[in-house]
Amino acid sequence: MADDKANAAAYWKANVRLITGCLIVWALVSYGCAILLRPLLAGIPVGGTDLGFWFAQQGSILTFIGIIFFYAWKMNRLDKQFGLGE
Amino acid sequence: MSQFAINLLFVGASFALYIGIAIWARAGSTKDFYVAGGGVHPITNGMATAADWMSAASFISMAGLLASGGYANSTFLMGWTGGYVILAMLLAPYLRKFGKFTVPDFIGDRFYSNTARLVAVICLVVASITYVIGQMTGAGVAFSRFLEVSNTWGIWIAAFIVFLYAVFGGMKGITYTQVAQYIVLIIAYTIPAVFISLELTGNPIPGLGLFSTHTESGVPLLAKLDDVINALGFRDYTADVDNKLNMVLFTLSLMVGTAGLPHVIIRFFTVPKVADARWSAGWALVFIALLYLTAPAVGSMARLNLMTTVYPEMAGQVENYDEAASNPILYEERPEWVRTWEETGLITYTDKNDDGRIQVYNDGNEAFADTAEQRGWAGSELVVNNDILVLANPEIANLPSWVIGLIAAGGIAAALSTAAGLLLAISSAISHDLIKTMINPRISEKGEMLAARISMAGAILLATYLGLNPPGFAAQTVALAFGIAGASLFPVLMMGIFSKRVNNKGAVAGMLTGLGTTLLYIFTYLGWLFIPGTNMLANTPDNWIFGISPLSFGAVGAIFNFAVAFAVSSVTEEPPQEIQDLVESVRYPKGAGVATGH
Repeated sequence: MADDKANAAAYWKANVRLITGCLIVWALVSYGCAILLRPLLAGIPVGGTDLGFWFAQQGSILTFIGIIFFYAWKMNRLDKQFGLGE
Repeated sequence: MSQFAINLLFVGASFALYIGIAIWARAGSTKDFYVAGGGVHPITNGMATAADWMSAASFISMAGLLASGGYANSTFLMGWTGGYVILAMLLAPYLRKFGKFTVPDFIGDRFYSNTARLVAVICLVVASITYVIGQMTGAGVAFSRFLEVSNTWGIWIAAFIVFLYAVFGGMKGITYTQVAQYIVLIIAYTIPAVFISLELTGNPIPGLGLFSTHTESGVPLLAKLDDVINALGFRDYTADVDNKLNMVLFTLSLMVGTAGLPHVIIRFFTVPKVADARWSAGWALVFIALLYLTAPAVGSMARLNLMTTVYPEMAGQVENYDEAASNPILYEERPEWVRTWEETGLITYTDKNDDGRIQVYNDGNEAFADTAEQRGWAGSELVVNNDILVLANPEIANLPSWVIGLIAAGGIAAALSTAAGLLLAISSAISHDLIKTMINPRISEKGEMLAARISMAGAILLATYLGLNPPGFAAQTVALAFGIAGASLFPVLMMGIFSKRVNNKGAVAGMLTGLGTTLLYIFTYLGWLFIPGTNMLANTPDNWIFGISPLSFGAVGAIFNFAVAFAVSSVTEEPPQEIQDLVESVRYPKGAGVATGH
């Protein structure tokens, strides 16, 4: 029972750590590159405009897809590793 | 065959398909009605979620807003996709594990309180009805154009069809019809976009075409667009925004709203396993991204096409934009699509300087006023409603008439699928959470279904009535709904999973604070219950607190919600042990059964 509890707590901790990492990337591409850091990226030209614009209208969306699939894949592995899957 | 007949044929054929599927999969029990028996594959579910998600706001309205706002309106693109990241990691898998099928169910059980359940029902209904108003606005535009009737008639016809459709379908019908609708709408959206991208840049992928060279002028497409609209006194399409705070908050509002909207969350109850809920969110975003990556191309290319239609000399290599601007087309020689849209009242022309030509420019730009005067212009003469842009797009680009029919079917599919999903969320909140759980637990299945249908009818009447005088373009109205959902429901759902300490009192206080402050802020600028003329302050950036627009306030409301819920919980008692165990159990996929409601 105590082992189960410790195991469950470790699983949850690993999940929260993974979520935090993913959310940092999520915020970095959208709020970062596409909005707040756009002036910094203004020097990098992309098809008639700059990299920040590309992130705002294409790049962030593509990254979001990547994040979700990465999370799903990683979590399904954690489920098995901790024996807490279905 | 006339364009009208072709439109009718496409719209009619797509309807026959949806109705056919709805009948084939007619809901038998209440459980089927709400969650499609819990046995839907992640990819199927992802596709249905995408259709559910991409409403008239995404399909009809968003590209128009991108066209007019340029970079500043990228918020819609990021907000409505980035929300899925939060949904996939912070809510979907745990709510699936919890295994009930409505959002108030979770809130009521987790916060062991019928008051919390009731407040959740209220938040859900307010957010969903605001959302349906936006759908009605968009659907009204589509119907008015394709049936060649006035905008008001268009809205009523849309209301009638949505009602019939949602009432008889239920979730199971909706899941499979929504897959069909997704296919119709994505084809309808991308085909014209591919044609136009090829025409303008030679690149068949619109998202790449956007950053390619404009064939006719030899400069990059976006640079060309900036030059053209600059010559007419508009801000650069790619111009950065000054108010970054507002842009960040607006994006955040749309994201948390995405994760807080009941009709999307409900989707994740219909997959067989917790792992599938995670994949499902990913697939949904893939299908959504197909449209969202295309939308900015549609918006910018349509704007360029629109401007070069009015000023034909601006299309190619231009030495002197001043000269090119002096020769707009004659009103008498206006293209056919301007004529047809004039009939709906969504394009209007007034010859302000009596020269028989059409001048379009930014007459609100004081720095440009001198130039305009020199050119003999007396004000912009063509008013084009943003919401028509996507629908008019194939006509502007001279695409064959079957493409126009296709886009009609797609726009209507988008509006219908979302409106139906929302109505389902509203009706299940009222019939299931309010009546069955709180008022009369012994109600028969038949009685519950009847209550569900009556509440759908009520919701649609109210939304249609308010949709006749909408508080903004379809996408803006919808953005308000996101703010409301994000400020009220998202924070408590998240706290319910990630904190064992937040209790019933905290949740109720949090939801009321989030909903209350957000509604207050919105109504102050947009009028009480969106009734025009009842606003207390004019809706202009000068009046906004810290320059935060009513559309962006949801994020602030959400922060208040979190803060109040934590503060109240920390001074009141801990939740009972069995609730802490419940929180513990939703965190692990092990032992998830099928979604139940009884």
